[in-house]
Amino acid sequence: MANTKVSMTINGRAVSAEVDTRTLLVHFIREQIKLTGTHVGCDTTQCGACTVHVNGTRVKSCTIFACQLDGAAVTTIEGLAKGKQLHPMQEAFREHHGLQCGYCTPGMVMSAISIAERYKGKALTEDAVRHELEGNLCRCTGYHNIVKAVIAGAKAMNAG
Amino acid sequence: MYAFNYHRPSSVAEAVKLLKSSPDGRCLAGGMSLIPTMKHRLASAADLVDLNGIKELAYIKRDGDALVFGALARHVEIADSADVKKSIPALAALAASVGDPQVRNRGTFCGSLCFADPAADCPAGLVGLNGTVLTDKRRIAADKFFNGLYETTLEKGEIVIGISFPIPEKAGWAKFANLASRFAIAAVMVAKTGGEVRVAVTGAKASVFRVPEMEAALAKNFSAAALDGIKVSSTDMNNDLHGDPDYRAHLVGVMAKRAVQTAMG
Repeated sequence: MANTKVSMTINGRAVSAEVDTRTLLVHFIREQIKLTGTHVGCDTTQCGACTVHVNGTRVKSCTIFACQLDGAAVTTIEGLAKGKQLHPMQEAFREHHGLQCGYCTPGMVMSAISIAERYKGKALTEDAVRHELEGNLCRCTGYHNIVKAVIAGAKAMNAG
Repeated sequence: MYAFNYHRPSSVAEAVKLLKSSPDGRCLAGGMSLIPTMKHRLASAADLVDLNGIKELAYIKRDGDALVFGALARHVEIADSADVKKSIPALAALAASVGDPQVRNRGTFCGSLCFADPAADCPAGLVGLNGTVLTDKRRIAADKFFNGLYETTLEKGEIVIGISFPIPEKAGWAKFANLASRFAIAAVMVAKTGGEVRVAVTGAKASVFRVPEMEAALAKNFSAAALDGIKVSSTDMNNDLHGDPDYRAHLVGVMAKRAVQTAMG
């Protein structure tokens, strides 16, 4: 076993820990930092339930080693709300019921925020949302309300 | 996953040194193929040399008659690059068709070449566009880079640092993707460059391959109609739950025509 020390910020909080080099970011976040909002769905880089932002970019946290992220800024689903005030994208998922069992939701919301950022100032169509959600699988909803939520959330985010 | 030592060099020279001093070292770029494979214990490395700290490898540029990018050029950057879209739109289209957005945010073109997955898109881009692989010690022509299933002609300790493409007169990309994995069941890059036509196919055999009959027909008449009647042999084609060899051979013909149509705009 090879260990290495890693320091990063998670949701703005500085964290520093000794990790086995094999530790995937998602396991670091869930098991060492104890933030369990980020989910492991498939563990094979397909489902996107583990999506988080690394330095502002959405990535699958099951497919990057924690030790690669020394000095990085990571945002997880727990870092979005301000106290009891939901992030506009979370609010849109609630309002449009963009979920059923909720398992894929943290990854969906993290992807949705990236989509809104990518399409800032550009028209965001339903087709574009479906295409941009190819890296996030939902086995309950058929995506219909998720797509509605993403469009509404992006509108709210980009209105300001 | 098997244990490994992690290294993060900040220069190519340092990375080469690390690889050479390891009994079993591997480079890590985007990790979108390597990490899942390591998780399955289908790949392992005593030393993992992470190239992500080597800033000199992160570039995409038009350099005279060539489009050049470094080993850390990620699919999303290639797909979005104004230089790529202007010089070789088919390459931007290929990059935009890889995996899904999260995979494109991390994955690199050169890393995909090195992994040499039979269903990956990038090998068809390299061979179809007749690119040149740049390593720390030599230049490798597209046709000399792959060596069958998951194998390349890279030597131990050799690092791909970038890739250079000539600018084609016309090029088109068409892909029939597996809807779950987004890997190619069959995909074709067609390009006409300096009078030469290339048709490169991925996803259909153990490794990327060219179709000489199609190339000859397109050299005479660069149109989808020129491919009418050309049958691709199903010998050696992949046989899996996504398609049998005959189906794939048929798909190659269909994708080649679509690629030509795309190239014609």
